[in-house]
Order: sequence, then C-alpha cells, then structure tokens
Amino acid sequence: MSDLLLIIIGSALVNNVVLSQFLGLCPFLGVSKKVETAGGMGAAVIFVITIASFVASLIYKFILNPLGLSYLQTIVFILVIAALVQFVEMFLKKSMPALYESLGVYLPLITTNCAVLGVALNNVQDGYNILQSVINGFGTAVGFTIAIVILAGIRENMEFNDIPESFQGMPIVLVSAGLMAIAFFGFSGVI
Amino acid sequence: MNPNPIERLTNGIIKENPTFVLMLGMCPTLAVTTSATNGAGMGLTTTAVLMFSNMIISLLRKFIPDRVRIPGYIVIIASLVTVVQFVLQAYLPSLNDALGLYIPLIVVNCIILGRAESFASKNGPINSFFDGVGMGLGFTIALTILGGFRELIGAGTIFGAQIMPSAYEPISIFILAPGAFFVLSCLVAIQNKVKNRKPKDASVQAPSCDHDCSTCGNGACGGKFFDMTVDDKKDNK
Repeated sequence: MSDLLLIIIGSALVNNVVLSQFLGLCPFLGVSKKVETAGGMGAAVIFVITIASFVASLIYKFILNPLGLSYLQTIVFILVIAALVQFVEMFLKKSMPALYESLGVYLPLITTNCAVLGVALNNVQDGYNILQSVINGFGTAVGFTIAIVILAGIRENMEFNDIPESFQGMPIVLVSAGLMAIAFFGFSGVI
Repeated sequence: MNPNPIERLTNGIIKENPTFVLMLGMCPTLAVTTSATNGAGMGLTTTAVLMFSNMIISLLRKFIPDRVRIPGYIVIIASLVTVVQFVLQAYLPSLNDALGLYIPLIVVNCIILGRAESFASKNGPINSFFDGVGMGLGFTIALTILGGFRELIGAGTIFGAQIMPSAYEPISIFILAPGAFFVLSCLVAIQNKVKNRKPKDASVQAPSCDHDCSTCGNGACGGKFFDMTVDDKKDNK
C-alpha cells in the first residue's frame, strides 16, 4: 500500500508531468486562460489518462510482450489512445450526457496531449504492473490538473497588471510557469 | 501560391520558424535542451522524421480518404519514428539514452502533424519534402540556440567544450526545469521586441484566420490557434 502512495505522490508532485517533465505543454499554455476551463481540461485529462494507462498496460502485458512485439509499442499505444478517446466520447454522450456536456470540446483535444502517450510509455519503461500503472497514470493526471489550475489562477490575476510590452502574452506566462517549477522543486524532499 | 523548394526551405527556417514564430512542439523544445548537443540531436531526429513523413503523406494524399486521414497520418509518422529510434539505438546509443522517452514522443509533436495537415496534404512530394527539411532545420536551429544558451549559463560549456573561464560559477538552475521556461520566455520577449519595431508581417500574423483551422485555408498559422478555439466554441453552444 505504501509503495502505491509513493507512486501517486511522486507522479503528482515530485515529478510533476508539466513542470519537470514538460509533457502536455500545449494544453498547459493554450487552455489556461480561465480557471473554469482549466478545471474542465484537467478533469478530462484525469479521466482519459487513467483509462489509457490501464488499457495500454493491459495490451502490453498480454499481447505485445508475449508475442515479442514490444518494439511496436509506440504505434500501438498512439492508436489505442486515439481510439480510446473516440470511444470514451461516444460512451459518455450516450450514457452520461451531463458529464459529456461539461467536458465538451476538451475530450478530442486530449489525443494530441503528449502526456497521455508519455505516461503509457513511462509505465512500460519503469516496469510497473497493471495496478501500479493505473495509479501512476491517475497521479500524473492529478499533477497536470493541479499545475494547469494554478497557472490559470495566476493568469487571471495577471490580467490587469502592468507588464513590460515585450513580455506581454506568452513570455510572462512562461516566466510564471518557471516560478511554479521552482516552487515544485520544494517537493523533491518529500520522497 | 506556387511554392518552389528553395522558398520552402527559407520559409521554414526564418519566416515560419516552428519554435519562435509558430510556437509549436513546445514539449521537446523545453525538455531536451539541457545542452547544445542534445538540442541539435533532437532537432535532427525530428527533421529526419518530418521530411520523410511529409514526402510519404504527400505521395499518398490522393489515396487516403478524407475522413480517416488523421489516423492514417499518425500511423505513417509512428512507423517512421520507430525506424528512427532503431537507427539511433544502433548507431548513436549515447544520444538515444540522453533523449530517452522524448524520441517516441516525436509522434505527438504538433509540428509534424501540423505540417502534414496544412502543407503535405495539399502539395506535391518534392515541395513537401523540402518543406519538411526547412521546418526541421528551423526547429533544429531553435533547439541548438536554446540548448547552447542553457548549457553556457548552466554549465559553462557549449557542445561539451569549456567556454567560460574557470572562475565562472555555473548557475545550475538553467539546466534544470525552471531555466527552460525562463530562457524561452526571454527569447520570445526579444522576438516580440524586434517584431514590434518592424511593421507587422501580414502573412505570418494571418489576420484573416478566424481561429478555426478546419475551415482556414491559410496554413501560415500551422494550427497554432487550435487550442484557443476552445473558448469560442463553448460560447457558441
């Protein structure tokens, strides 16, 4: 039990997926204008990454590895993720329309989020079993959500600040992200 | 527009530089630029994938049905990435170890899918090939500059050679994660400064683009407004 707790803290805070591994930067910078939309994106990412890491490790363990096809992992995983996002979208539309409405356009955007593929490949590389993979995926996605919601909060507050002309727009967002990365360094003492 | 190979090359390196102008492919840009060597290695690896994916997609553009084109492109790109990964493992194992997880992640690099969708699917194979080379070299140059800068400040070396005098105390935060954000933000700020002095370049800014890349014929934005359509679409619902 304690090693699962270590995995979840490690992936959510210490090795934060955005701030120390730089995965999923596109949505991190693109969809962080408002706290509300950032939260929606975060929820969708938690949902998809958790399922994707489960399915990907299942496929790796029972299909690719026994057949000696592990070199195909990149191709197989990206297709699985793309199909999965589509499938999740259809399933939610049919059975949970309320959740589908609230996630809205964020679901299809997730296919292009490299954090999803990154987590799936990482699980294989670190030799996690299926339960550990799911926990690692969930922790990573929670870390992504924490980071994007905090950044959105900072950006909302920055709106009325007097920023030097050259730094307006993307540069000041990157500076904020850098300061957040320094703050997250503090967690490296936790484990 | 009648593009020729030379024009495509310079376009990718300067006018539509994928990193500094289009802001695409940010994940590898920040993650692997801890040294100039890693930056250049990542850039050249991406270039290799990009030029062949552009060429193959352009050759197949008449055969791939429109509805399944994105999965088709992804399979082509993923196969090329796997090939490149094998080549690196065989001939450049040290670079392969340094880049690690980020080599398979070239598959989801937005530059490659962006160019496939906005250029290779509409143009002939030769132009597409050179578009891939130009974009790839632009990406390589950007990564090498970024990596060189971080290596110089963070370790006092460039390409592993000692540059700074030995009395210089390296500021190691610049080769750690936060440094990547700071260096990139300064480079973009400098670029903003330069751009503000010149009159705005209409073709790069793409003012006609109504932030909807699916109907936008102008490939100049390279799909960079993709994520920003989120707010607009939500309001329309």
